[in-house]
Amino acid sequence: MNIYRKTLRVFIAPATLLLACCLTGVQAAENPAPANASLHPVYVQFGEKAGLVAIVDDLMINLIRDPRTRAFFADADQKHIKIELVDQFCVILGGPCTYTGKDMVKTHAKLKIDRAQFNALVEDLQNAMDKHHVPFRAQNKLLAKLAPMHREVVNQP
Amino acid sequence: MNQLRLFHATFFAAVFVLLGTHAVCARADDGDAPVDTDTSAATAYSNEYVVVGDKLLLTGGLSQVEGAAGGGLTPWAIIGGYGTRDQVGGNAYYTRVDVQDYHLDDAGVLIGINNRIEFSLAKQRFNTEDVGVALGLGKSFTLSQNIFGVKMRIAGDAVLEQDSWLPQIAIGAQYKRNDQSAVLHAIGAQSANGTDFYISATKLYMAQSLLLDATVRFTKANQIGLLGFGGDLHDSYRPQFEGSLAYLLSRNLAIGAEYRSKPNNLGIARESDWYDAFITWAPTKHVSLTLAYAYLGNIVIKDNQRGLYLSVQVGF
Repeated sequence: MNIYRKTLRVFIAPATLLLACCLTGVQAAENPAPANASLHPVYVQFGEKAGLVAIVDDLMINLIRDPRTRAFFADADQKHIKIELVDQFCVILGGPCTYTGKDMVKTHAKLKIDRAQFNALVEDLQNAMDKHHVPFRAQNKLLAKLAPMHREVVNQP
Repeated sequence: MNQLRLFHATFFAAVFVLLGTHAVCARADDGDAPVDTDTSAATAYSNEYVVVGDKLLLTGGLSQVEGAAGGGLTPWAIIGGYGTRDQVGGNAYYTRVDVQDYHLDDAGVLIGINNRIEFSLAKQRFNTEDVGVALGLGKSFTLSQNIFGVKMRIAGDAVLEQDSWLPQIAIGAQYKRNDQSAVLHAIGAQSANGTDFYISATKLYMAQSLLLDATVRFTKANQIGLLGFGGDLHDSYRPQFEGSLAYLLSRNLAIGAEYRSKPNNLGIARESDWYDAFITWAPTKHVSLTLAYAYLGNIVIKDNQRGLYLSVQVGF
């Protein structure tokens, strides 16, 4: 009987906590720049930091030319966004950088972003990576790490 | 004959509805021609966004032989067209399969709504060429069937959920109506129409540039319904396994292979599982071309049927 109660308690405590979190909407933001040491070879394929700077420069040009994303970037602090993106990509690809920006929920909280606009950014990034001859497989390794961020970036139905 | 005409009317009506929806759903960005700067290399921005949904290239799938979004032989859990969850997408396709003793003409349309539900309409015409003479049906005797399909995504996202093991999952049904009832009953089929039910799981492993699909189909169809449904050997639903594997070579080029198992309901002829190996090229979201080598095995009195599969898809 005692064992039964103990067992029950072991399960109930975490379950209650989980339920409480769900009910109150407590949700820890994901790490916006998880480092992947194993992706360092991909970092090299991107041309290291200089390569990322060049790619992100073109990404920003693409985002401003793209009618689907222009509104978010045209009047924003582009220089700052570019620095944060380079650091974010750099850390994710196992490069020697530090991401000092906010998490993805906070960064995008004031913007209304739908799934289509998120995908638009992916296409604009693909175009920038193509321009700098990043091999397709290497591109996909970065995109695979960025794609799940849709859960925090996309805030419109 | 009337039924055939009705189908054609429905078919073309559907195409027009599709095109109409297309116009309505077009993004109203016409005033926003990209500013011409000297950064021309930063990508040729065509006005493609004006007339196409925002799924990523090729992630709307191809049109499988029964009209659903998928590979060539099997449906995928993908909702067809390029519409994301607040958009409508659609496409039309024509597929021709030429094997030694037969050929198949196959055309259809589909519409994908809010990346949630897909409706498709297809017509298959299976030409028996000289086999028709051998069977006493006449040269180029043709078996036709109309297929109405519906598919619903019930969980997951094949493309964006890259940190999750959960694939995109969809359930679907394909109602098929064959127009050669008398011939089908003569060869032992129990019915000229039937419905297949399937569940598909599809996932893009982006870091590996690989797409995997597994589908289980519950069916009574003989040669996917071209030879009717049920037979003298079996007349019950049996689960069949179908699978696709695709490797992305670039954003607009993919190669892959497929397998589709089939039941054996008819006493007059053994039925083989199908295989294919394909290459697909999608220069834009509006068009894709697929070339495959298909192995269809035994079909009635002719064994070892294999040959080319060519498919053209246009859409948005």
